[in-house]
Amino acid sequence: MKEWIARVARQREFMIFVIVVVVTVVMTFASPHFLTTGNILALLLGLSIEAIVVVAMTNLMVSGGFDMSVGSVLAFTSAATATFLRMGMPIAVAVLIGLAIGATIGLINGFFVAKVGLNPFVTTLSGLSIYRGLTLIITGGQNLAGLPLAFRAIGQTRFFGVQTPIIIALLLILIGEILLRNSRFFRQVYYIGGNEKAARLSGIRVDRMKMLSYVLTGLFAAMAGVVMTSRLGAASVTAGTGMELRVITAVIIGGASLQGGEGSVLGSFLGILLMGLILNAMNLLGVSVYWQTFVVGATLLTAVVIDQLGKLRNEGKLVIPRLRPRKATDQG
Amino acid sequence: MTDIILEARGIVKTFPGVRALDGVDLKVQRGEVHALVGENGAGKSTLMLVLGAIHKPDEGEIFVEGRPVSVSSPHDANEQGISIVFQELSLVPSLSIAENVFANRQPVNMINMLDRRTLHRQTREMLRLFDLDRLDPATLVKDLSISNQQVVEILKAMSINPKVLILDEPTSSLTESEVEQLFINIRKLKEEKGISFIYISHHLPEIFRIADSVTVLRDGKKVCDADVKGIDEEFLITNMVGRKIENMYGHREETDTVGDVLFEARGISRGDDFRDVSFSVRSGEIVGFSGLVGAGRTEVGRAIFGAEPIDAGELLMEGKPLSIRKPEEAIARGIGYLSEDRKSQGLFLDFSIKANLIANHLQDFCGGTPFMQSRKVNDYSRGCVRDYRIISRNIDQQLKFLSGGNQQKVLVGTWFGIKPRLLIVDEPTRGVDVGAKSEIYMLLRRLARNGVGIIMISSDLMEILGVSDRIMVMQAGRVVGEISGRDATEERVIAMAAGTVNGGGEA
Repeated sequence: MKEWIARVARQREFMIFVIVVVVTVVMTFASPHFLTTGNILALLLGLSIEAIVVVAMTNLMVSGGFDMSVGSVLAFTSAATATFLRMGMPIAVAVLIGLAIGATIGLINGFFVAKVGLNPFVTTLSGLSIYRGLTLIITGGQNLAGLPLAFRAIGQTRFFGVQTPIIIALLLILIGEILLRNSRFFRQVYYIGGNEKAARLSGIRVDRMKMLSYVLTGLFAAMAGVVMTSRLGAASVTAGTGMELRVITAVIIGGASLQGGEGSVLGSFLGILLMGLILNAMNLLGVSVYWQTFVVGATLLTAVVIDQLGKLRNEGKLVIPRLRPRKATDQG
Repeated sequence: MTDIILEARGIVKTFPGVRALDGVDLKVQRGEVHALVGENGAGKSTLMLVLGAIHKPDEGEIFVEGRPVSVSSPHDANEQGISIVFQELSLVPSLSIAENVFANRQPVNMINMLDRRTLHRQTREMLRLFDLDRLDPATLVKDLSISNQQVVEILKAMSINPKVLILDEPTSSLTESEVEQLFINIRKLKEEKGISFIYISHHLPEIFRIADSVTVLRDGKKVCDADVKGIDEEFLITNMVGRKIENMYGHREETDTVGDVLFEARGISRGDDFRDVSFSVRSGEIVGFSGLVGAGRTEVGRAIFGAEPIDAGELLMEGKPLSIRKPEEAIARGIGYLSEDRKSQGLFLDFSIKANLIANHLQDFCGGTPFMQSRKVNDYSRGCVRDYRIISRNIDQQLKFLSGGNQQKVLVGTWFGIKPRLLIVDEPTRGVDVGAKSEIYMLLRRLARNGVGIIMISSDLMEILGVSDRIMVMQAGRVVGEISGRDATEERVIAMAAGTVNGGGEA
């Protein structure tokens, strides 16, 4: 039992959870506006779009992959869906085509990475420009408003006072967490990211699984695009700009590494929650918004430095001096 | 009728330009440890990969318990009861012991979700085989010691209930006591479960400790097979190399003379690693450093090279005090260091032979201009390849395609380039086959003949005895003895290294 507690305490998820709790407690005392339903919902709503993408990005990064194109895919599928809707296409059809476009883009990325053997960073970095470019081309640089009311209902309805984007995000996170932690199918990505050669020898169809992981980031970016378009009631050509960096930051804060093999959806969610909390806190405390981007970077750097220190200590390369000198009897 | 569990007949496997296996036969009896030996490139690994169905043979048949089988994927081989424990660990550090052992075969419930309770119970049962059931199956592999990781690796191969378990150089990263534990485990599995083993190793003394029979490969062909009882090490070496190796260690000739004291260490110490270590090296002399793993030999070597600090004591070169705080300073003073871990510390594996050979003395190829002159580079590299007998296609070949022994020759060659006066070599022949070993000893001796002083750190006692002019024995961070190479015997060195004084904390 003691061992079990020690292991839980060493989990990255636990560490971030503690920080989230600390920030929450401190903020509750620091600002009367913090612990209010309105503020909490606003906070969650603000991070819900990125939280959707985080689910698939975690799966991809555990497999050792990486997707820089999600922000652009979001904008492109959003613009495409809005265009179809404005052409009078039935809502369900337009949404499904939008999602299919996202999945197809993911398939293309996955094909280049898994089959052609291109570097994931370079492949999806090209995607980042290509799909943002296509968005500008099909919209002519204009935001697309005037979407049907029924479509806007997807992102603007409330259940028990909670906005649908929050509900969708939390549901996807819950499902993603369960699947990635417990389903044998998705556990395969840990073997792929942890030791690709060994994964192949264990009978895992590595290429197929990698491609699927890219399809999922494409699909989830498209889902986030649809939800966002519906909530705003318009497709914005700048939607999702810089989102890939925030999403990847959250996943890394949550315990994943760029090498793959580790990470969890819960951790990544806590990562994005922590970033959201800090930004929210800064707003309430009246810190200039210009500090926000700075803080995101500093949080990431802090998280990876702490992680690295832990690793060095495990490998015996870092000795943290004890505060009190050892007694002579300790050495016998 | 003998009970043959696995038989391979006439296996042929070609790769572009190479006939890796040329009609190889192999017979493994039920419940025996069958050693597979041969020099690097003899085809051991290829044969292993063919048996494990990772490579598809061009010709030949494989029989399991007398039945011909056709295996086309590692999974098929597993089904037939053939399982491989790889030399390079094939584990996922961030997953638990249990999930590594049952990689992609974890027990699941009706909706394909992991059944962790069953998974951990089954893993605990397997850990009990190795008396490791005190380990929690949920422990992450990255938190285990190397030897326990190796146990997990073996359990992983065991989890398919194999009839034949192939072990590829299983002891390369183990300490002596861990090797002993591994052998106990192998015997246990052999006797209690009737599992057969194919044991691939470079380290011939191990063969005589663990194997029942042996097959020798050379140049992709089977040279012979034999019962281990009826043969000795010399028989194996002769068959592996295909010629009798005389003067394997390149003994000193009478004409070789040892010069003046070149380098001296006086009472150097650092923390618990080594204490009050004093010794000298004359020019033209090879001084062997022997002792158990952890005795502080490598630490002394790295300290002299400036890779790690010294707390007390002094170093002298030709009688003048030396102050070395960084490897660059050591190199500038003519001290070279050949690391024990050539892959991570010594070589650029993705670069060509040429690029490696010139890497630490680029300025020699510029002829006073700011630019490298490719003719000089090529002439020099071709000379090295010829002199050091580096077997390769050409000087532009990437290092990662060379055998371990040839990589090691390149590494020795890179340090010749700086024209060292003192060269520290740490485990110079680890993972190198017999033929290449002998060539590396010749290289070291040739350097010594040119007046270089050499410090050779080695755990291979035969190498220490065969090559050294003088032997320093270390134990628990101290020098406990000095013997001249002529007077040294195995027993004396072992007795000193083991220590009569209880050093405390030393295995």
